Amino acid sequence: MSERQIQLEVLRYNPETDSAPRFQTYEVPCLNEWVVLDALNYVKDHLDPTVSYRWSCHMAVCGSCGMMVNGEPKLACKAFIHEYGDQIRVEPLANFPIERDLVTVVDDFIGKLASVKPYLIPKEDKPVSAGEYKQSPAELKTFKQYTLCINCMLCYAACPQYGLVPDFIGPAAISLAHRYNQDSRDGGREQRQEVIASHDGVWECSFVGACSEVCPKHVDPASALQQVKVASTIDWYKEHLMPWMKK
Amino acid sequence: MSRKPYIREMSKTNWFFSQPRYMRYMAREVTCIFILAYTILLIFALKNLADGPEAYAGFLQALNSPLGILFNLAALVGAVYHSTSWFNVTPQAMPIQRGEEFLPGNVIVGAHYGGWALISLIVLFLGV
Amino acid sequence: MEIIKTDVAIVGAGGAGLRAAIALAEADPKLRIALVSKVYPMRSHTCAAEGGAAGVIKSDDSLDLHFNDTVGGGDWLCDQDAVEYFINEAPKELIQLEHWGCPWSREPDGAVAVRPFGGMKIKRTWFAADKSGFHILHTLFQTSLKYPSIQRFDEYYATDLLVDDGRCQGFTALEIRSGEMRQFQAGAVIIAAGGAGRMFPFTTNGAVKTGDGMALAYRAGAPLKDMEFVQYHPTGLPNNGILLTEGCRGEGGILLNKDGRRYLQDYGMGPETPVGQPVLKTMELGPRDRLSQSFWHEQQKGNTVSTRWGDCVLLDMRHLGEKKINERLPLVRDLCISYLGMDPVKEPIPIRPVVHYCMGGIHTNVEAATPLPGLFAAGECACVSINGANRLGSNSLTELLVFGRRAALSAIAHLQSGQSAGNDAALAAQAQDSEKRIQALFDKSGGTESIAGLRQEMMDTMEAGAGIYRTGEGLAATCDKIAELRQRFAGIALHDKSRIFNTDLMQALELGSMLDCAEAAAVGGRDRQESRGAHQRLDFTARDDQKFLKHSLAHYHPKEPPRIEYLDVVITKSQPGVRDYSGAKK
Repeated sequence: MSERQIQLEVLRYNPETDSAPRFQTYEVPCLNEWVVLDALNYVKDHLDPTVSYRWSCHMAVCGSCGMMVNGEPKLACKAFIHEYGDQIRVEPLANFPIERDLVTVVDDFIGKLASVKPYLIPKEDKPVSAGEYKQSPAELKTFKQYTLCINCMLCYAACPQYGLVPDFIGPAAISLAHRYNQDSRDGGREQRQEVIASHDGVWECSFVGACSEVCPKHVDPASALQQVKVASTIDWYKEHLMPWMKK
Repeated sequence: MSRKPYIREMSKTNWFFSQPRYMRYMAREVTCIFILAYTILLIFALKNLADGPEAYAGFLQALNSPLGILFNLAALVGAVYHSTSWFNVTPQAMPIQRGEEFLPGNVIVGAHYGGWALISLIVLFLGV
Repeated sequence: MEIIKTDVAIVGAGGAGLRAAIALAEADPKLRIALVSKVYPMRSHTCAAEGGAAGVIKSDDSLDLHFNDTVGGGDWLCDQDAVEYFINEAPKELIQLEHWGCPWSREPDGAVAVRPFGGMKIKRTWFAADKSGFHILHTLFQTSLKYPSIQRFDEYYATDLLVDDGRCQGFTALEIRSGEMRQFQAGAVIIAAGGAGRMFPFTTNGAVKTGDGMALAYRAGAPLKDMEFVQYHPTGLPNNGILLTEGCRGEGGILLNKDGRRYLQDYGMGPETPVGQPVLKTMELGPRDRLSQSFWHEQQKGNTVSTRWGDCVLLDMRHLGEKKINERLPLVRDLCISYLGMDPVKEPIPIRPVVHYCMGGIHTNVEAATPLPGLFAAGECACVSINGANRLGSNSLTELLVFGRRAALSAIAHLQSGQSAGNDAALAAQAQDSEKRIQALFDKSGGTESIAGLRQEMMDTMEAGAGIYRTGEGLAATCDKIAELRQRFAGIALHDKSRIFNTDLMQALELGSMLDCAEAAAVGGRDRQESRGAHQRLDFTARDDQKFLKHSLAHYHPKEPPRIEYLDVVITKSQPGVRDYSGAKK
């Protein structure tokens, strides 16, 4: 069955015994159609049960298995062996502390996600008995793309701004805020602006665009952030140059 | 034993060498210096113009020197790179939705190039 | 050991767990809610559901029709009081999700759109393209962030329920990242920890679906119900079991054998319908059990296509066209291209049946209550039972909403019924025992068995004996094998002795859960000498309502195989009849 032998270099870190991470190399017999996650699972099941990493769905939707593959943020379940040479190096996602081996500490992201109020704040409350809000396919399409984020955090690993300024709220969280801002049913933009239009919000973004390049679901967070900047700038001009325009 | 998360610091000074996409980003940002430099040059030109025909002729002559031509060429290349790299990302910053569909990105980028060409033509005619 | 005192503690933060948590927080902001999950909520397997969620909303539909489809689809093993509650609540729950922002696909006039689904007589499946479960999960997770009273404990693995004074009063859980044990004390516990599809080798289920919640309740004395009913989804990618939604067929995709024949017409689901004009409840829109069984017959006849991943049939969607596929089935296209290198716009996709869903689970009544006071369950880990012997596609996403909420309401009622204060010393002693059990795994060295090895043997025997078609002999062999594996499980030792994020330990605990679930499924199947829904016996080919119009209840024994009891099915208005998926009358 084996079609290829690869050397899988895995960054190992056991906080109980190691002072710093180190690489460990495994010889893995692979099928060409495998993804990097399959190779890791082979290591776990056959070579070394002590390797730790997160994974679940194996179909690029649960967002668990983000890691650096040859220096690039990838979902291990969507990084195909046939796209790499015989040496593949996996490391935990950049810009996050390493808990253990390929497992990172993601508390910071989870906190930021919650901080942007990523839930519908309805324009007008409506009881369930009154049925659904109407929303045209065009209105849906306005924000649909930004609903596709799987919270895999590859964008945070790609973003040099987040690496340099850890307080930056970051691509995925701001995109999610933008998703609700753009939803025809929502009226919560002003509440979210306090967080996302702040100094640690969009203005920390310098439009490197790396987030959009690595996003496995084509959410294009960079686009969301630039749109928030444009809208916030328009807000500022309205407020300062045309105060009478303010509601 | 307890947790001991390991933090990998990002280099503050040379992080942009770590990936080609970061270098491309830096190239886009750094080329704005040429735009700035050329703007200063234009202001300088205005000053010379205000100082009278002789001063202006001297200024033009200085521009005709090899150094002046080199500077102009470098400024042109830098400005073109800077402008095009920004034009190419405008669809992300300003998506336009018509009905259900979004305008294709190349239409938005194309409109920027069109505008650029138009303004250049106008400047050219004004100059003639 | 740190004690966390809560009013209601929930194990599992997928669709059902989140829905329960929100219902609790909305009912009373003062309730202390602990939402405990072995993964971050958005990693839960609800995210992988694709097709949609069923609920009556359109004027041409009726609650009775949804009731009949569900009960017939379940081969009359559904509890009809539960089904009735379910179909009544379904539309409300789906509208509620819409109000929380779920990006349901829409009609041109802005109303929510519905699509056809297998075994449903009317289009009633709400969908968000082909990422319905993903959007439901994220909508629930994001909405849950509104409520400060929901305290999340992400990446905590629940190890044992604490049962004292005849009622469930909490559980112990391991904080995975520190390896430290915590004691959760709770007035009521809700288990919403998903199914156990990982006990099979070829499954759509993610790695997390290891039956932990089922085993947690089972070991504490709550029986598992109808575990022998395991659903094969007819359309999985042949190389890795990735699900291609029933929506593929709902939108008009057809199934072909190696001769290009739409073979379903040969298995009581004909006559052939025009390509691209699917007719509800017939041919490709038959129920999943029938479709998966038809595949098996085609394979026996040699009508399947040989691929390097084994025998397949073909799912042809080419006639739908690129635009419709991109709009309605974008994920399906992406999955086919990425993982198989084939584009459904251009070529038929080889597929084969794949283990997808456990109809069985923790025995609950219509109130989502288990027989153990204070313990409630909802979602795939529970068996209430609305799915009977075969779940209809798109009922499970709705189920986790309806019964997630119901479990919350029942838990509140339980709190209000007034319980005497718990005996802290007794609970602490149980928690210590649980900790010792884990510690023993660390202390032991030189184990004779490997976790991955035992897991592989378990999966192999489940596939061999408890697959689409079963025999008494095969099931008996599987029962013996699982019993042997449970014994050998005592011989495992951890290779990884670290306390920090020890996935070797997690896999050991998960294997223990799966073995318990697998044994209940195999023994239940061996003893059910009839064919019904997803449980098909080659030695008992007919449904036997005389003997087996009954739920099986498996009761746990630490060393022996489970004791099986039977419980009457609740029948209110639909007497068992013939499941007719032929198109003749339609």
